[in-house]
Amino acid sequence: MTELTLVQAVNRGLHQAMKTDPDVLLLGEDIGLNGGVFRATEGLMKEFGAERVIDTPLSETGIVGAAIGMALYGLKPVAEIQFLDFIYPAFDQIVSEIAKFRYRSGGEYPCHVVVRSPYGGGIKGGLYHSQSSEAYFAHTAGLKVVIPSTPADAKGLLLSAIFDADPVIFLEPKRIYRSVSGEVPDGDQRVPLGKAAVRREGTDLSMFAYGAMVPPTLAAAEALASEGIQAEVVDLRSLVPLDEAAVLASVEKTGRAVIVHEAPRFCGFGAELAAILAEKALYSLKAPVARVTGYDTPFPYALEHLYLPNVERITHAARQTARAS
Amino acid sequence: MGNVSSGPSASGATPVPELPTERLLDLYRTMVLVRSVDERCLSLQRQGRIGFYVPLQGQEAAQVGCATALEPDDWIFPAYRELGVALVRGVPLQRLLDQFIGNSGDTLKGRQMPNHYGYREYNFVTASSPVGTQISHAVGAAMAIQRRGHRRISICFFGDGTSSSNDFHAGLNFAGVFQTPTIFFCQNNQWAISLPRERQTRSATIAQKAEAYGFPGVVVDGMDLSAVYRVVREARERALAGQGPTLIEAQVYRLGPHSTSDDPRRYRTDAELSEWKAKDPLARMKHLLLSGGHLTEAEDAQLWEGAKRQISEILQAAEGTAPVDPLTLFDDVFSERPATLELQRAEFTELLREGILKP
Repeated sequence: MTELTLVQAVNRGLHQAMKTDPDVLLLGEDIGLNGGVFRATEGLMKEFGAERVIDTPLSETGIVGAAIGMALYGLKPVAEIQFLDFIYPAFDQIVSEIAKFRYRSGGEYPCHVVVRSPYGGGIKGGLYHSQSSEAYFAHTAGLKVVIPSTPADAKGLLLSAIFDADPVIFLEPKRIYRSVSGEVPDGDQRVPLGKAAVRREGTDLSMFAYGAMVPPTLAAAEALASEGIQAEVVDLRSLVPLDEAAVLASVEKTGRAVIVHEAPRFCGFGAELAAILAEKALYSLKAPVARVTGYDTPFPYALEHLYLPNVERITHAARQTARAS
Repeated sequence: MGNVSSGPSASGATPVPELPTERLLDLYRTMVLVRSVDERCLSLQRQGRIGFYVPLQGQEAAQVGCATALEPDDWIFPAYRELGVALVRGVPLQRLLDQFIGNSGDTLKGRQMPNHYGYREYNFVTASSPVGTQISHAVGAAMAIQRRGHRRISICFFGDGTSSSNDFHAGLNFAGVFQTPTIFFCQNNQWAISLPRERQTRSATIAQKAEAYGFPGVVVDGMDLSAVYRVVREARERALAGQGPTLIEAQVYRLGPHSTSDDPRRYRTDAELSEWKAKDPLARMKHLLLSGGHLTEAEDAQLWEGAKRQISEILQAAEGTAPVDPLTLFDDVFSERPATLELQRAEFTELLREGILKP
């Protein structure tokens, strides 16, 4: 075990994967000499060479398109998109190509590409360095979508993603890249995709979160505990495949659900969770499902602190849900 | 490469008259202001008084020379490094500093990071962070200019890295096909964050890419204000004469970091930096004015002092301006708020009232 920050754990995950398998290679903007703008690839070019840590021209569609070709040929490319906000030039390659290669070829051309990208707000990044657009990808059949919230998961899930048979959009909560640290297993220790983690057990209320929203949700659960409300906090970790059993089991126990994400509310991932609860857990529910989310506006700059769900907002919504009858 | 040239008559159009020396002194004053704002903003960012900053040191002559060759009706599609262009166009410094701070005086309502501004009043279109998207917009605006029969052009600004983007190729191709009155102004500052120009393209120049799209590309020394002025003015004449677009590659150098989040010492050498520092466009212009007897050292010192004073006064006003009204969060998403957003605004208001959210 080694104590690492989340971004260091990403780095160790990439390092381990490259050590395990010479077919793993990285491509992206500023990932070589510069070590990535968030330093996620620091030192990797020095260790594995410029043939396996490839600094590309400034073209997201070029990065993802080239990664697709490499994957079809049998390599295991990990593409970095510098900010999730900059992924849209590659959207066509991801949605029309990566997601559909296996299906459209009758299974003959699996397209195992991992696209890593820092996502989310909280760094005063304004409109174009803050977005949480996970729902676009979760909505696209054929893509797995994974979002870690701890250093151990960042490494373990990334290793699973790189050695998975399917393409994975791997979203890293940049807001907690350095503010969160923890023990990370050494070596090739993988965390399976599709399994949620219960971060805090509770009986009165279920709170669902992922990525950078997990720490404030846990803090809200602590605040509620001092008021006598025992909240369970479930970290989804994989949006696709979703651990539906874990979601349902928690709500069947508590009868109340609060969903937290920083993406806008309308058609956000919380809408899918709420629909699942309405379809499969309605008779367990003692209160309406609540969502604490970003607002249905573009991501602001000066008002970022009022846009992002914070401990106070989450606690307030959870308290209301716990008390509703 | 027949239509790639560094000479003044690439297009064969009427030669553009040189800028008179009195004008040069004026433009130097603007360059001093631009450099002073830049230096001040870098220090404001370090002090936490603004959140972020994108410097442009090394690109002042290219920007001031280019913007001077334009007319107020010409539509500007900037990237996020065009402070010099904005100031020449007449955008008040107060507006820019209000934007950098994101206060209630910011006409963008605090929505964008510093440097990402735009003002309809100045035909200076609002900028975005994704690179290159503005290139095709400039072409579309030029197609609209053609349709309206207006006598003006559109111009877009971008860097060497952007020459790898989708919209660079799509935009230049459209412009060639539709022969639009557009200037593509590439400030090749040699570095796209950590990647050198050679890593963006195997082409000898960026300008030569225009040839493949069927129109002229011109390389110009971007440290030479007069040379930049001349090629832009010429490209503008061509566009107005119905002879179509021009790609101009102004060769400059980014003397500072890509942004305040960047540390260029990680990827480039001090020797390279010193070599380019010796070509500093401000020093070059100053030398020209001094040797021509149009400026004295004392007058130069006064220019810098004056710029500092002006910035301090404007900054004080900007920092004394109230923050953005929180409720503006919900404005301008649509022309009118839909019912769902109205509901969110009401919830938000209630959270503010109860003190759960703190402005």
